[in-house]
Amino acid sequence: MSLAATLPRTPRRVLPGFGLSLGFTLAYLGLIVLIPLSAAFLKTAGMSWDEFVTAVASPRVLASYRLSFLASLAAGMVNMFFGLIVAWVLVRYSFPGRRIVDALVDLPFALPTAVAGIALTAIYSKNGWVGRWLEPHGIKVAFTEIGVFVALTFIGLPFVVRTLQPVLLELEPEIEEAAASLGANRWDTITRVILPELFPALLTGFALAFARALGEYGSVVFISGNMPMRTEITPLLIITKLEQYDYRGATAIAVVMLVASFSMLLLINLLQKWSRRYHRI
Amino acid sequence: MASTIASTLVVHPAPAGATPRATHDPAWVRWTLTAVALLFLLFFLVLPLAAVFTEALRRGVGAYFAAFRDLDALASIRLTLLAAVIAVPSNIVFGVAAAWLIAKFQFRGKSLLTTLIDLPFAVSPVISGLIYVLVFGLQGWFGEWLLDHDIKIIFAVPGIVLATTFVTFPFVARELIPLMQAQGADEEYAAITLGANGWQTFWRVTLPNIKWGLLYGVILCNARAMGEFGAVSVVSGHIRGETNTMPLHVEILYNEYNFVAAFAVASLLALLAIVTLVLKAFVEWRYAQSRRA
Repeated sequence: MSLAATLPRTPRRVLPGFGLSLGFTLAYLGLIVLIPLSAAFLKTAGMSWDEFVTAVASPRVLASYRLSFLASLAAGMVNMFFGLIVAWVLVRYSFPGRRIVDALVDLPFALPTAVAGIALTAIYSKNGWVGRWLEPHGIKVAFTEIGVFVALTFIGLPFVVRTLQPVLLELEPEIEEAAASLGANRWDTITRVILPELFPALLTGFALAFARALGEYGSVVFISGNMPMRTEITPLLIITKLEQYDYRGATAIAVVMLVASFSMLLLINLLQKWSRRYHRI
Repeated sequence: MASTIASTLVVHPAPAGATPRATHDPAWVRWTLTAVALLFLLFFLVLPLAAVFTEALRRGVGAYFAAFRDLDALASIRLTLLAAVIAVPSNIVFGVAAAWLIAKFQFRGKSLLTTLIDLPFAVSPVISGLIYVLVFGLQGWFGEWLLDHDIKIIFAVPGIVLATTFVTFPFVARELIPLMQAQGADEEYAAITLGANGWQTFWRVTLPNIKWGLLYGVILCNARAMGEFGAVSVVSGHIRGETNTMPLHVEILYNEYNFVAAFAVASLLALLAIVTLVLKAFVEWRYAQSRRA
């Protein structure tokens, strides 16, 4: 949001409630978020270095990182490509049912992940609506890496569309007119004028979808088949360790994931700042 | 996001006098792109939604409704409602307090605070559950103390409520903060100057101004609260009829190959998602109208 604070320069704290809202906000944030999160780091701090490395870098764990990373990357890229087209179509063209389609884009945010998981599994398994057409061609989706990718694509779908839409709307028609009047054809206008404008937002949308996909659990576990070394995502491995009462092992992997997520969050914040500066010109 | 999504309703008018060739896509491009976009959405959004209802009704309406006569299914519905009824209002109070603090006052560390509020969105659902196990679980910080006092949090209802609260933590706050920042504090200053006290100012000036944004955040918060799976799964212990929420009950039925019942319970959650999307679109529309007025 590029909404700059528009507070007038009046003396601070004319309004009441500073102490109350500050106290409540910090207490609630601390109790619900910060203290429990710190438990993960403190628990890991009690481990020896060797123990930590064994927990987070065993072959099975490494295989899960690779799957989670690559499937999230692939899903993010596919969403970047199709998300651009969907956002473009929704903003620039009008067709019957456009507003319904626009509302539907948020479905992955609204549909519980477990429901998405079993629905996608039903569609892509051997007898499913899509699976029965793919299987004769030797393409297995359910219970393979492709299944993980499909679930993560579903989960990340709204991010790129919703990040691009406001930027596309703010894009002034004048710059396209200028390009056209200077002799550019439509292709040049799109690749040299519009796409560079969209690039920061496109990258932000990709990063958001990627970050969400890294930690996703519910939609993946049903369709992935959960075979160790092959279709086991990292969050599932945490659950597996917990079920074996290996709390330290589970927490160590969680800390690796948390560090990765927080790095992504930082990167996304920087991207958004860049995107905002880019559009304030 | 309310403002941004709401504004998608406005379409650029065709610029008069510009050469249409370079500022507008040719018809075949329009058709192709629209077809590609709709096909993509058909495969990834419409088919899963349709599959839920088709699978749920596969054995007919009788089998569908039989799934809801199961006492464990009813218990899971009750528990899901209970978790949402506690988590959502808690996060509403927090969201309003945090937005009031961040939008109406200047203080140091404000941007850090804003980032910290968003933190739960960056945490994997599974980890969101795990951290409460580390605090309240048998091996956790308060494990022994809780055991001595016979208080159960993990593998019991309080743990489910806590995990739900964590994953829905930022929804209301992140909707209200940008909205209230954009509105500024002029109207509140005016109210205070005219002699209103703080609560009067909040109820009669601030709240009417933020009601659509607040409602928007509550709708999203509630959808996530009722649908959360990963975090709740870790702290629940999966005790049938006691600590299973609806999404967890779906999983159990599915793993028992009781597909019709699993999809029947899932169809209720899918209906919730559809209602959420409709309400959300309605709120966006009202919000756009209130801004135009």
